[in-house]
Amino acid sequence: MRWRDPLLLLVLVLLLWEILYLLVGDVALRSPAATARNLGAMLGDTRFLPHIRETLLAFVQGFAIAVVVGLLIGVPLGAARFAGEVAEPILVALYSIPKVTLYPVILLIFGIGMPAKVAFGAIHGIVPISIFAMNAVRNINPTHLRTARVMGLSPSALAWKILVPAALPEIVTGIRVGFSLALIGTLLGEMFGSQRGLGHLLMQAMSLHNIERILALTLLLVVFAAGVNAMLLAVDRHLHRGLP
Amino acid sequence: MTRTGLVRASLLLFLVGLLEILCRAGVIPNFTVIPPSAMAQSLWKVLASGKFTPDIIATLANVGIAIVASMIAGIALGTLLQSWPAARRVLDPLFATYYAVPMYAFYPLLIVIFGLGDLPQVAIGFLLAVMAVIINTLNGLDRVPPVLLKAARVHGLGFFKEATQIRLPYAAPYVFTGFKLAVAYSFIGVIGAEFITSSRGIGYEISFAYNNFDNAVMYAMILFILLLVITVNMSLHTWEKRLLARRRRA
Repeated sequence: MRWRDPLLLLVLVLLLWEILYLLVGDVALRSPAATARNLGAMLGDTRFLPHIRETLLAFVQGFAIAVVVGLLIGVPLGAARFAGEVAEPILVALYSIPKVTLYPVILLIFGIGMPAKVAFGAIHGIVPISIFAMNAVRNINPTHLRTARVMGLSPSALAWKILVPAALPEIVTGIRVGFSLALIGTLLGEMFGSQRGLGHLLMQAMSLHNIERILALTLLLVVFAAGVNAMLLAVDRHLHRGLP
Repeated sequence: MTRTGLVRASLLLFLVGLLEILCRAGVIPNFTVIPPSAMAQSLWKVLASGKFTPDIIATLANVGIAIVASMIAGIALGTLLQSWPAARRVLDPLFATYYAVPMYAFYPLLIVIFGLGDLPQVAIGFLLAVMAVIINTLNGLDRVPPVLLKAARVHGLGFFKEATQIRLPYAAPYVFTGFKLAVAYSFIGVIGAEFITSSRGIGYEISFAYNNFDNAVMYAMILFILLLVITVNMSLHTWEKRLLARRRRA
């Protein structure tokens, strides 16, 4: 029963894809089955694996930086109310600007290659993680804090028994959003300023009009992003259980 | 201005001033970042020359089309799904994963399908924006009090009239949140797509200037986009506050 709806959705998407393919034909699309075969062949190709490793490596570093820096910005801003109020509109403005325009700046600072990709993934992820972390800390119930003081909790006990359990659910939501954006940032970085990685392969396939490859890469990225997101979502919902 | 606003403005001014001094003093080399005053000067010159007016118009037109299309489609789909719970339940995992998928990965595919015109850029903007509108429309429609719907039934309103006269007006503040996101996402989508591959537009001009080491033009256009997007978002924010205040009074 739990699996029926997602399964139905999957079938629907595949059906829609197949119908679209039958409509436009080989000029612009391949069928789902053919794409899955192509992807399988690509994953078996040893020349392809270094590109996956390159992207994963860039993404993991960028995402890790985004989480650490995002928390370092967000948690203090949540604790200091006035600083938070000053910073919030700035963070929201940063969230809504097209960060892709900043890419040339990143390239000029870091040069073409791994550091630029990592930095670009990181700046995409930092803002949402810090916004969620700020709100998570800000919304900790003050009664809990007063109770902790009355009971004379030590700072470490306060952190582990009150602060972390109270703020963690929202922080995980922020990390989930940051994960997606850091992935987009990394791929965008590879699309412009890189000779390796999945983003670079996508650009190459686009200029060669290699539809099989475009579709196989897109499928791989979608499956990866959706899969990790589903896992994070499960953690997220588990932590939010019983919360208002 | 409130105290928070004052501190915020001074903080931003301080940061811009710091960047200016660091650039002027040569701590940050000019081939990496040019001083903010030089950016502003260059922006003024570029705008006055009218050289990029067609690009600016093209980008704004594409963003505009993406916003309008995503609002129409988003509100229509949101309204439809709200009255069809079975379909909504099936689509729920799609809503949850939608923004996790790197949308730009579809850009090469869209170029193959639509060709190298304006359509792929508009499509990316639309795809990014439409889900925010759907989700916020649903969120608003879920909160319509049952008593209003009972009143609608008493007056014998049909589906369309009930939606346009009761449900959607009630959900308006939530739809407005969707609208704000649609504006931001349309800008992000269109300009990002122009950046990847296109033949005109502000994003295209920035990447063109970058490839030609033309820092003056590049920073001028980056500044232009940042100022434009921030101004638009802030105006929408102010407008929303005013609308909400009026509603609370009523």
